Amino acid sequence: MEANTRSTGRLPAAFLTPGSSSFMDFLSDQSPEMLPGNRSLPPLQGAIEAPHGTTIVAASFPGGVVLAGDRRATMGNMIAQRDIEKVFPADEYSAVGIAGTAGLAVEMVKLFQLELEHFEKVEGAQLSLEGKANRLSTMIRSNLAMAMQGLAVVPLFAGYDVDREKGRIFSYDVTGGRSEETGYAATGSGSIFARGSMKKLYREDLTQEQALTLVVQALYDAADDDSATGGPDVARRIYPIVTVITDEGFRRLTDQESSEIARSILERRLEQPDGPRAALL
Amino acid sequence: MSTPFYVSPQQAMADRAEYARKGIARGRSLVVLQYADGIVFVGENPSRALHKFSEIYDRIGFAAAGKYNEYENLRIGGVRYADLRGYTYDRDDVTARGLANVYAQTLGTIFSSAAEKPYEVELVVAEVGSEPEGDQIYRLPHDGSIVDEHGSVAVGGNSEQISSFLDQRHRDGMTLAEALKLAVQALSREPGGGEREIPAERLEVAVLDRTRPQQRKFKRIVGRQLARLLGTEAAATTPTDAPSDAEDGDSTDTGTGSASGSTEETGK
Repeated sequence: MEANTRSTGRLPAAFLTPGSSSFMDFLSDQSPEMLPGNRSLPPLQGAIEAPHGTTIVAASFPGGVVLAGDRRATMGNMIAQRDIEKVFPADEYSAVGIAGTAGLAVEMVKLFQLELEHFEKVEGAQLSLEGKANRLSTMIRSNLAMAMQGLAVVPLFAGYDVDREKGRIFSYDVTGGRSEETGYAATGSGSIFARGSMKKLYREDLTQEQALTLVVQALYDAADDDSATGGPDVARRIYPIVTVITDEGFRRLTDQESSEIARSILERRLEQPDGPRAALL
Repeated sequence: MSTPFYVSPQQAMADRAEYARKGIARGRSLVVLQYADGIVFVGENPSRALHKFSEIYDRIGFAAAGKYNEYENLRIGGVRYADLRGYTYDRDDVTARGLANVYAQTLGTIFSSAAEKPYEVELVVAEVGSEPEGDQIYRLPHDGSIVDEHGSVAVGGNSEQISSFLDQRHRDGMTLAEALKLAVQALSREPGGGEREIPAERLEVAVLDRTRPQQRKFKRIVGRQLARLLGTEAAATTPTDAPSDAEDGDSTDTGTGSASGSTEETGK
């Protein structure tokens, strides 16, 4: 079937058959071998060594949501890549950050972006934020066989809900289990430390600027205690990827903007290595 | 059993072509024009939900006249083709030329297959380039031929008359407001030679705008922005034919038009 799309021949009947608005459904009929979940792995001993992405954090504020990720990918105890990108726009009003096996995760994001775009083009309307979150859930579930062999992908999904007029965050487990988080969330190996950091700093009435600083503080704390998470690399000018989604849509902070936030945090950490302190009572 | 009448192949094809053309002529015409920043699609369409124009891929738009269920099928087929191709290779490997070929083959096979009724549709596939020279517009009549068009193209029932009107007046580097105005003028012409008014609510307008920062260049022009583009223009053209007035009106138009474009964009 696939050969037909490469040649300039007539569109195969399946292309012209009315039906699902889902690209994944179409792909599973047309070229099932291209779906990541349909790959079968040979029996293996031990885990497969592949670069892993690490920490993603998100925090909501009145009017939107912030999603950020560090830049390190590790393979075992090696740093595989120092400037990997793990936060992507999913569509105009949502973004996805991924922790886990980098290669599969990037592929999953590409398919997820296409899934949302395809639906939008076919139907002439966007999926609801809830619908997008559920779609991602299905994709993770289809990856379960590989997750069991150490190739897990665990994303964090954040978006602006146009109907409810607020930012929302969804976290996932390897089985595709989905839960909505209130306020803040983190995923990946450094998430324990990031979450602890955000727990002390988060307030419901943060401004957008404060929320942006909050997530970079959390990434700094994650990098501080987790060797797989990379802190801001001043010498190489590699700073976390920080994105913000509001009713104006998705925006990725420029390198200049994220470096300013990272540098001001670094400066204060020179005086106070453990970072800002919350009041005891 | 009676022997079927002999019908010559020429006659059979002519009958099929006439059948398709009649079907297409029942719908309203639409026009596709190049302007300085891209390609604009303009058509008369009382429906808000059933579109004549739509996005196929990043830089590729689709316009159709004729029978809705048939071109809707082709549109979805095109979206599937483009998305699958982009996913298999790269987003840059999806081209209007490739898509037009696939449509041409599809329409051509249907047209010449005796088992199927010919599609009563006429399509336009357009791709906006990063420079005006890179713009591509392909017109695909019901029989599966491809016509490579430049500047302006009209499809639908009254397309010949509209085309010749556009050919005389369209020029390169028009602003969006100028192109839109010309398109509405062309569509307002009646087959008999008269003119009628098309209110803004009955217009469907979309652009492929090369200046859009997003990867996806397709955008519908609706509501305030459309009213502004047409409204100020209506005020400027009240004196029946005063080219200098129209010029002035247009230059202010462009200012508000592009400004409103950017606010709409950030507002989205």
